[in-house]
Amino acid sequence: MKKLGIRDREMLEKLKVILITGRTISQGTARDGKKILKEYVESAAICELDPEDLEKSRIKEGDTVRIKTGYGTVTVRAVISTQAPHSGIVFIPLGPWANEVIGLDTDGIGMPSFKSISAEIEAAPDEEILDALALIKRR
Amino acid sequence: MPTIVTDVVCPYCGCLCDDLEVVIEDNKIVETRCDCELGAGRFLDLDIPTRIRKSRIRMDGGFKEAAVDEAIQRAAEILARARRPLIYGWSSTECDAVRVGIELAEETGAIIDNTTSICHGPTILALQDVGISTCTLGEIKNRADLVIYWGCNPMQAHPRHLSRYTFFPKGFFREKGQDERTLVVIDVRKTDTAKLAKYFLQVKPNYDYELLSAFRLAIKGYKVPDSVGGIPREKIEEIAKIMKESRFIAIFFGVGVTMSGAKNRNIDNVLSFTRDLHRFTKCVIMPMRGHYNVTGFNEVLTWETGFPYAVDFSRGCPKYNPGETSVIDVLLREEVDVALVIASDPIAHFPKEVTKRLMNVPIVAINAYESLTTEVASVVIPAAIAGIEVDGTAYRMDHVPIRLRKILEPPEGILPDREILSRILENVRRLKGR
Repeated sequence: MKKLGIRDREMLEKLKVILITGRTISQGTARDGKKILKEYVESAAICELDPEDLEKSRIKEGDTVRIKTGYGTVTVRAVISTQAPHSGIVFIPLGPWANEVIGLDTDGIGMPSFKSISAEIEAAPDEEILDALALIKRR
Repeated sequence: MPTIVTDVVCPYCGCLCDDLEVVIEDNKIVETRCDCELGAGRFLDLDIPTRIRKSRIRMDGGFKEAAVDEAIQRAAEILARARRPLIYGWSSTECDAVRVGIELAEETGAIIDNTTSICHGPTILALQDVGISTCTLGEIKNRADLVIYWGCNPMQAHPRHLSRYTFFPKGFFREKGQDERTLVVIDVRKTDTAKLAKYFLQVKPNYDYELLSAFRLAIKGYKVPDSVGGIPREKIEEIAKIMKESRFIAIFFGVGVTMSGAKNRNIDNVLSFTRDLHRFTKCVIMPMRGHYNVTGFNEVLTWETGFPYAVDFSRGCPKYNPGETSVIDVLLREEVDVALVIASDPIAHFPKEVTKRLMNVPIVAINAYESLTTEVASVVIPAAIAGIEVDGTAYRMDHVPIRLRKILEPPEGILPDREILSRILENVRRLKGR
């Protein structure tokens, strides 16, 4: 096995990525009246990772992961992306989990940055994924 | 005996498909016939336990059930004494409700805004700067031979867009349907839409502006850099050639372009690119609007005030200055002291810091279902669902108005949005002595 350098080990621990958010079918069907239910957690408290990125990190599908940006931190579940390849990019569906970490600056035109934000992602096995209500009550 | 209602309009996404079949038995929808999971859910989930059946008012830290008139009166009291009210939501209700809402905003000196602010606001700013060459989806279906999706994934967000309007269907001048069309997708991920495309360009995040500029150079015959946003020059030139040789190009773009990088300047560039292409061929462009009547709000507000979103009535006349009068900014500046939220869930969809500000003020929430916003609201009034339990008008993403139908009676005692708003307005006027 190849000997790991310091940089490789850092890469294993913390994956530096670009975060984007957006719609998915399951986030869309969990929209009406289901935001306070478990279904919403399953469809929106996730982070889709590129299969190659998963391979080169210590994160496995289904792991609890912590995503950190300059705006905040959120804990979600890692899933393998169905919209791959997108090496270096992670995707969180629209919703309160994504909103914990997206950009706040409206650039003088009223639009916050929901996409293309620098982020770090790492496994967080001891952390709990909060449901939507717990998440907003923590704010 | 089940009744089959045909040609039902789907009040879900901006496609506003009007060919659904709904099977009704004993005033309940038992089946929908359409090929879209998103639309079907809207019809089949009417009676889920989180449907709000009773109005409620927050008192001493808890909720108290209230008669609808009492809740409306309470909402009017909150709004009538507000100094800087915000009236927000609108994209999932019909145009008559919007019309009454604008009157209420004028009466209370409110800021009125809808979800445009956090989706295609930059698009509107850009088209006010540059202008737009567009058309109806019907024309695209009949004519387009090159269909381009940029920064959007309709297979997940507008599931029938390709099959009903753009790529797959047979059209008057495109008798062989998809065999006579070319599909190009430009995105940062290889999405489900990209997997259908003949040409997929995987652009790096935040490089849309540069790639658009490269295309504008390429079609005019100027030299393009070796690689732009991760796309090699040969590929850019190849697609540019295909564009120039097409008879009718339809470009669709999503929030992938409006929310990242240069935001409205990206859209300036894509609209200018559309204009450039007219030196060689016909080209139209359209934003992929999300909610079924987000466009309708822009229409109604424009014909009432002259402006499409983010209108501030605090001076007694409409003022429009996104970045200042847009919902995120007024909340971040902590100006708002009361919020009326209708047919929307901003607590679920605004950035964290913005929701904190919103949760600090009394919220009047008008919604059909429990949401994160109704959870933190001071007054909650249940509403009937437009397009299923209430008729009305909505605007498709191509600005075509479509009449929504009432196919079911709403649950007993539950009023349409427009009725709730009219009563609040009446009470506000009474309280203000007008």
